[in-house]
Amino acid sequence: MSQKKIELWVGLFVISAGLSLAILAFSVAGLSFKGEGSSYTLNASFSNIGGLKVRAPIKVGGVVVGRVEEITLDVQSYMAVVRLSMFENKGSYPETSSLSILTSGLLGEQYIGITPGFIDDDIEMLADGDTIEDTKSALVLEDLIGQFIYSLNKDD
Amino acid sequence: MITSFISHVGQTSLTFVHLIGRACLMLWLTLFGKPHRKLFPLFIQQLFQLGILSLPIILTSGLFIGMVLSFQGYYVLVDYAAEQSLGSLSALSLLRELGPVVAALLFAGRAGSSLTAEIGLMQSTEQIASMEMMAVSPYKRVLAPRLIAGIVALPLLTLLFNVMAIWGGYLIGVSWLGVDSGAYWSVMQGSVDYVPDVLNGVLKSVIFAIIITWVALYNGYYAVPTARGISLSTTKTVVISSLLALAMDFVLTALMFGA
Amino acid sequence: MAQSNHLVIKKLSFSRNERLLFDDLDFEFERGKITAILGPSGIGKTTLLKLIGGQLPVDSGEILFNNQAIHNCSEKVRYQARQKMGMLFQSGALFNDLSVFENVAFPLREHFKLEESLLQTLVLMKLEAVGLRGAKDLKPAELSGGMARRVALARAIALDPELVMYDEPFTGQDPISMNVLLKLVKQLNSTLGITSIIVSHDVNEVLSIADNVYVLAEQSIIASGSVDDIFKQTDNALLQQFLLGKSEGPVPFHFKGASFADDLEQVNR
Repeated sequence: MSQKKIELWVGLFVISAGLSLAILAFSVAGLSFKGEGSSYTLNASFSNIGGLKVRAPIKVGGVVVGRVEEITLDVQSYMAVVRLSMFENKGSYPETSSLSILTSGLLGEQYIGITPGFIDDDIEMLADGDTIEDTKSALVLEDLIGQFIYSLNKDD
Repeated sequence: MITSFISHVGQTSLTFVHLIGRACLMLWLTLFGKPHRKLFPLFIQQLFQLGILSLPIILTSGLFIGMVLSFQGYYVLVDYAAEQSLGSLSALSLLRELGPVVAALLFAGRAGSSLTAEIGLMQSTEQIASMEMMAVSPYKRVLAPRLIAGIVALPLLTLLFNVMAIWGGYLIGVSWLGVDSGAYWSVMQGSVDYVPDVLNGVLKSVIFAIIITWVALYNGYYAVPTARGISLSTTKTVVISSLLALAMDFVLTALMFGA
Repeated sequence: MAQSNHLVIKKLSFSRNERLLFDDLDFEFERGKITAILGPSGIGKTTLLKLIGGQLPVDSGEILFNNQAIHNCSEKVRYQARQKMGMLFQSGALFNDLSVFENVAFPLREHFKLEESLLQTLVLMKLEAVGLRGAKDLKPAELSGGMARRVALARAIALDPELVMYDEPFTGQDPISMNVLLKLVKQLNSTLGITSIIVSHDVNEVLSIADNVYVLAEQSIIASGSVDDIFKQTDNALLQQFLLGKSEGPVPFHFKGASFADDLEQVNR
């Protein structure tokens, strides 16, 4: 086979492999051209984060508005400190908003849900580096069952 | 008895160290120093030999493996009413493990064995020696283009294998078994991440490619120059490179996805 | 050292797999002459050529080509020396995926950036010299053994070497191809002044064209000199056995081992 023909085939091969990578990136991994854009950071501490993991989504009304960036332990207060990376194009939230750790479905992954608070004249919007005070910890199934059994016993 | 055992162990480890040294020296002489003047056209030729000629087996195997994976996954998931996760199950297992590993095993069988046989034949018919006598370095002229082409070809083949397999899985899952098409893609996109899943899979196949091509070239270059020697070396290439790739896969998986 | 010596080997020792092949040997190859190295099979004649080409390292001693040591020198010097050497391998060693033309063009394409028309002229000249210009488009698999060797010869002289080494060029050739090859070797030597080293065990054929001869046996040189000298050494029994091809003589019919009686006793015990 002539060198020309070989080059043609190899070119086709490389291009189709490149296309495959694009297919894997965009339609399988769901990468989008827009990307997640620029973001700002918020902090929140929880007494218990349950099974929350880094890169878990942060949702408002089911829409992803950010990702968990880092989880550390504050050794003074023994609280879990979660750093949130919030997408700028998804807007900002009043400082009265509250965070809770929720579970998608009965056995699904855990994520952080934001319940936006009321907006008033003297209420500021959360900005880069702010801390959200109002947090609800993860529901731990074992604790829940324990409480349930305890309350049953008390009724007797 | 004990002394003979000890001397046997010593002998074996000495041979092993010798082998490793020789293989590394070969790699060094192939990759470093002034490259061959026509390296690029030679590389393209080898990419054709190793890549294009492996396409039929890679594409058909990919299609069938994707289809089978979808079938088996569906029957397990449907018991938990979780058949929407079929896309995520097949995409994740393909991108992270099955794609790189199966493509590597097929590559070892198709391209690795042919490399060993080709170079072994060149060695036994004194083509390598005659090249040396013509003041042409066989490392740069024969081994380097093949090594680089092998390292490039396998990741490209793995990408094509993955796409083919995911498409095969889609055919069975959605068109045949009736999983909702929207759910299939959205659950898949929700669980597959670009860098940790897609790119880690590609990185794995680059490492497998280095192992397989290196083993194949070594076994060919140092084949016993007889018909029997070449056939033994060819078998050795397939067995050793497959085992090394699988062992390496375990290590890589532990590093990438473990802990 | 005489100016006419093209290649000199001093105190060469070499052993392979713990078997001594050469023990402290000296050779001198005169410029522009045909030197034959004769010896029984398995004595390492091919190895000697590989040592001269620098493909194998020597255990001790040195090999001087144009007064330049081939061993213990940089890779570059060795490659430069090899450009001035040609070697005809026993099997021909043609590249079987290239045509006859491309095989002969190979060393030229590797070392020089020639215009295609000039390259074609050069290759056709070399093929003409071995009488195979008509076979230029054939693949090596389509050639007979004798033709393959002639193509390999054309390739070996493609870079216009000063020295050509022939490794058993006449083995397994029919009488016609053998004579063609003999004529070619003689012709190349006389017209181009190429120093030739022929390694062989075809005594009569080689001696008909050689100027000087070395006869090897048992790790050492048993006879050397011009062709006429060799035949005069009638008192050298080993040499006479080899030259005349007698089955009995100093080289025993039996391989070295325990005595037959001992072996039988061992079996019957």
